[in-house]
Formats: sequence, structure tokens, C-alpha cells
Amino acid sequence: MVTESASEFETQDLLLNVGPQHPSTHGVFRMVMQVDGEVVREVIPYIGYLHRGAEKLCETMDYRQGIGFMDRTEYLAAMNAELSYVMAVETLAELEVPERAQWIRMILVELNRLASHLMFMGAFGVDVGVFGTPFIYAWREREAVIDLFEEISGDRMMYAYLRPGGLAWDVPTNFVPRVREVLTAVRQGIADFDGLLTKNEIFIARTKGVGVISAADAIDFGMSGPSIRASGVPLDVRREEPYLKYNDINWNVITRTEGDVYARYLCRLDEMRESVKIVEQCLERLQPGAIMPEKMPRMLRTPPGEIYVRTEAPRGEFGVYLVSKGGNRPHRLKVRSACLSNLQALRHMTIGSYVADALIVLGSIDIVLSEVDR
Amino acid sequence: MPEGLFGLNPWLDGLIRLLMIVGLMTITAMGLIYIERKVLGRFHARVGPQRTGPFGLLQSLADALKLIGKEDLRPRNADPWTFEFGPYMVFVPIFLGFVVQPFMAGFSVRVLDLGIMYFVAVSSLSIIGWVMAGWGSDNRYAMIGGMRAAAQAISYELPFVLSLLSVSMLTGTLNINEIVLSQWQVPNIVWQPLAFLIFFIAALAELNRPPFDIPIGESEVVGGPFVEYSGIRWSMFFLGEYASLFIMSVLISALFLGGYEWPFGTQLGIGFQFLLTVVKAAMIIFLIIWVRASVPRLRIDQLMGYAWKILLPLSLLQVLVNGFVLVYDLPRIVLTIAGIGGVILLVSLTERAIRLPRVTHQSSLVTQSEAAS
Repeated sequence: MVTESASEFETQDLLLNVGPQHPSTHGVFRMVMQVDGEVVREVIPYIGYLHRGAEKLCETMDYRQGIGFMDRTEYLAAMNAELSYVMAVETLAELEVPERAQWIRMILVELNRLASHLMFMGAFGVDVGVFGTPFIYAWREREAVIDLFEEISGDRMMYAYLRPGGLAWDVPTNFVPRVREVLTAVRQGIADFDGLLTKNEIFIARTKGVGVISAADAIDFGMSGPSIRASGVPLDVRREEPYLKYNDINWNVITRTEGDVYARYLCRLDEMRESVKIVEQCLERLQPGAIMPEKMPRMLRTPPGEIYVRTEAPRGEFGVYLVSKGGNRPHRLKVRSACLSNLQALRHMTIGSYVADALIVLGSIDIVLSEVDR
Repeated sequence: MPEGLFGLNPWLDGLIRLLMIVGLMTITAMGLIYIERKVLGRFHARVGPQRTGPFGLLQSLADALKLIGKEDLRPRNADPWTFEFGPYMVFVPIFLGFVVQPFMAGFSVRVLDLGIMYFVAVSSLSIIGWVMAGWGSDNRYAMIGGMRAAAQAISYELPFVLSLLSVSMLTGTLNINEIVLSQWQVPNIVWQPLAFLIFFIAALAELNRPPFDIPIGESEVVGGPFVEYSGIRWSMFFLGEYASLFIMSVLISALFLGGYEWPFGTQLGIGFQFLLTVVKAAMIIFLIIWVRASVPRLRIDQLMGYAWKILLPLSLLQVLVNGFVLVYDLPRIVLTIAGIGGVILLVSLTERAIRLPRVTHQSSLVTQSEAAS
């Protein structure tokens, strides 16, 4: 792989192995960079260090047991991953989800989006080189959301709270005031980040104009989520194929035109504000009622058929393709991971940039390795 | 002081001075590690060390004991000589810089007439240790880090020295103690605000502190030259880093903030003078830690561009203005006005440099949409 470039002095490019154990690869991602001094000439990504065969395992278990694997597939936005899965099962089994369950699902999913984006803010702050401050700010606010989820579901990360048909059990009685508390904390967190990073001169100098990807290229690579919206493509599954109650409330799709790292950061920041708005509206519409359908079979069976359901997870389109041949377990389950598609564009965005930029570009597409490898 | 500091024979005197340097600097560096951890903790909305001793005061001691107990590993392919001497090459020059530090009137380890020159010569030596560590480790991260350190040191040495020069032009001496004594009425920062700012920025770069911690960038080169070191050798780098932080802060307070002299004069006694120096240095150290907690890291090309295109011309300008004022015997207020103008220029140039449209790196890959068009 070491190539010689024609110049006055004979030089050799250096192969630099980044990962799977590296502070900036966000898990066990590995890439081999061919660097000419500080400039990246070639990037070869390697994935698969976190492959656990979750899709195959789901085929050996019934539909309710599969929920746990969805949590572990996308552990930073487990609610969103669960939602895609249970919606696929519901559509196949033709279950009607009660109103209240839908509103609660929407609140939880948006809160999980907030937690996930906060996690991005913190990790990205470390990537650009602030020593810990944004990370712990983000952690503090995320903790509020996680605490709420723990009160509801009993677990901090692997909730397994959504069920085909509705929810596992109803939320606690103090749910609405607790959500409002969390929103106050998160709003403060967003303001903190605005103060700490958004206007910081060095932050702007590091992120503006770095890792640019055009709208056409982003579509070609099949990107989704904030990464494509930052390039000016208003692609949001919540708007394209509305699910839950997204049509009934008032919210905007956030887009930016620049397509660089800074735009992706701002996109996520504005999306957090938008999520706060969505949750507030949901809280107003939340009514008492049932959380599971009345005629729920003891053993959930689906008729033969296949279905693809997609939802907007924090990192983009999280799709579940489900094939059933009857019975109580899927014949085939395939997860369409947003991170995997977004990661394809990494090479395109980093070749020709500096080593330091390559790592913040990787940070800006916000990958979760367990979702990439599954 | 040819007859010796404590009136003893010169050999014993020399030994005592050496022990003074090593003992004092080690304790200071350990104290600074504790302070940095505690202050950074507060910036991070957490409490910092608190379990070891009262208020976690013994944390540095515990760390030191742990590091001494660790195995001193050397990678098999590492160059034994450069690898093992690297830490000493970083450590020794920093401690040598301590010799000319003015803590009290006539009471530094040695009062040298060419004090500033000595300090510049000695302190820039430690970069050799960084490059040795980077090269000798046989690790690509370490090598990139070592090369970055060398490039950074060469770039920032010039504005660093030029802003020192402008101070010594004003006072007409290279002796740090005389510079301190000359500030008995007004500290130099009033006459040389631009030189102070440039010196502060260059000192951050010399110390490899954020936003200039590119050689050790944790999220890029994973600790740079230090990546292969462990145990006592690693702790030498660490100790050296904090010792130089202390030395640089004392130097800034002596050159620009009036050291032990301003505002109370020398008649208050040695203990009070020492306290004044330490308080001023502590303010600078707090400022440096504050910067660390709030700014991201620069990129290597931005760092070099900033030194060569903005800091160097401005520090040359400062030397030129000083020359004019001294040759034509203009009132000193001209220096203040020019200095404030210079600071405004520096800030606006930095602003402009950020707002400039950046050259985006064109990818050499051809995507489908490009191929279709």
C-alpha cells in the first residue's frame, strides 16, 4: 500500500492505523489512513468488530423477545429502534395501537432523540479537542433523560418498553410533570452548547468548510438523517411517510445548505429545539386511556407476508424488513442501518483533508458501531 | 553573588541550590497537577479528586507512587538510546530554566546578566527531547506527534523571542531581575499590551497547552510522543509539563506584571515578595487552565499560519515601534496607544482569518452523480 510520489525528494506515504481502539473512533471502528505528512491520501474503513448476528438471533425467538435485540442494535436511541421493529410487527399482525400509547411512544422517541443528540454534542466536543467540558455538560443533561427512562421502563439503556400493540405497562402517574422537568434541563443544555461551541472562533475555524458533501453525492451514498439534511435535502421520514401522530402536530424539518461539519452540528442543535417543541405539544394532547389493544392474543402470530417499515431515528432512517411465513417468529429480519449508509460517505469526505479533519468528519456523521455491524 | 548564597563554600552552595531546584520544582509540579485537576473539575461541573487525603490533596502523591511502581516498558523495536534519553532531554532543560526565575529581590538561584537569552536558549532545548521521544518510540502516532511538536516549536519561538526582545528594549537590559526592578512604578503590560498578548499566546504554544496541544492531541494522535511511555519515564514528561507551566507563569508575571516589585516595592520583605510572585503566577496559571477548559484544538496548518502570518509580523511591528520611540525619545504613552492599536489589529486579523472562505479539499473520488454529468 505504500506508494511513492514523484517529487524532488523521494518520499513515501505513511500508513496510519486508526482504531479499533482509538479515542475518536466512537467504538470499534477501524480505518487505515494513507497519509502524506498531515494530508490524508486514502482511507480504507474496516467494520465488523461488533458483529453479533442480532438479525439472525431474532429469527430464533418470538416477536416479543426480538425487542431486546433492537435495543442492543442501536443502544443510544433504543426507543427509536424498538419503534421500527414493533411497528413492523404491528403492521404485519394488523394490530391497532391505542391513542394514548401512540402519544407516549412519540414522547419517548423524541426524548430519546434528545438524549442521542446530546451524546453527539459531547463526543463531538471531545473530537474537536475541548478537554471534557462539553462532554460532561452533555452527560449532565442526558442523565436527566436517562433517569426518566429508568423510572418508566426500569432500565437506563436497554428499555424493552414498547410492545407490539402498545406499551409494556402504563407510565407512572407523575409522568407529565417529570417530562416537563427534563425538558427544562435539556433547554438549558442546548443554551449551554450554544454558548460553549456554536460561536467559538476556533470551533468555527475547525468545522466550517470541512468534510463538505454535496446534496447529489449525499443522495448517491444513501445518507439520511441530519447528515443529509445538512446538505440541503429535506429528507425526514417523519414528514415523508408520517407515522404515529406526526401529522397532527406542528413541527419543521431542519435543513442547512452548506453540507459541512459545522452544518451537521447546527442541524442537530436545531433538531433538538424542534424535538422539545414536539414533546411539549404531545404532552398537551396526552389523554388517559388504554395502552394495549383490547383483543390482544396470548401468543402473537403473524400471517405470512413481508413488510418494510422505516422511522426517523436520530441518525437517520432506521428501517426494519420483516419476512414472516406464519407462526410466532420472523422468518427473516433485516435492519436497514442509517449509520452504515452514512459511513459510506466517509471516504469521499475525508480524502484530501488533514488527519485531524478526518477524525472530526467521522465524529460529525455520528456513528454507532453496534448499529453498523449489528 | 560569588561568595555563595548561604555563606558556605561554593561546592556546598552549588549542591544546595541544585537540591532547591529539584525539590521545589517537583513539589510545585505535583501541587499544580492537583490544582489543575481540581479547577478543571469545577469547570466541568464535577468535584475533582476528593478521596485521597483531605480535599484530595494527596492525589498527586498517590499518582506518583503508582507511576513509580509501574513497569518501565520499552517497545522491542524502539531505539533504546533515543527512547530512554528522550524524557531527560525534556526534563532537564525545563529545570535549567528555573535558574534565572526571579522570586524575590536578589534571591533567584543565579542572577544572570543575560538572563532572558539564557532562558530562551535553555527552554527551546526541550523540544529535542520531544522529537527524540517521537522518533525513538517506533510508533507512527508518536512520530507524527514529534514532528508536529518540532514544527510548532520552530514557528512559535520567533514571536516568543521577539516579544521578549521588545520588553528588554524598553528596559534596556536582558537581566530579568533588573527588568522586574524597572517596573517599580508601572508594570510593563501598560506599555506593551500587544507584546504581552503575543507572549501569552506563544507561551501557550511553547507549553503545548490547548488550543495548541496539537503534538499530544488526545483525539488525533493519542498522546503523541508519549504514547509508548509508561511508569517513571512517562511521569517525567508529566512533571516537566507542569514545571514549565509554573516557570512560564512566573516569567510572564516578572516581565509584564511587575513580578515582586509592583505595586508595593521591595521594602516589604522577602516573604511578601515571594507571595506576590506566586499570586501573580497563580493568576496566569488559572487563566491558562480556563483556556484549556473552553477552547477546541487548532489544526496544524491553522496553527502554523497563525504564527507566521499574524503573530510574527505583529511582533516585528512591536519591535519597530519600540525602536522609534526609543530613538526619537517620544513619550511612553505613545507605546501604550500603539500597543492598544496593535491588540485591536491582532483581534480583528484573527477574526478575519476565521471568516475567510476556506479552501475545501476536493475529493479525488468520482461519484455517480459526477460520472453521470
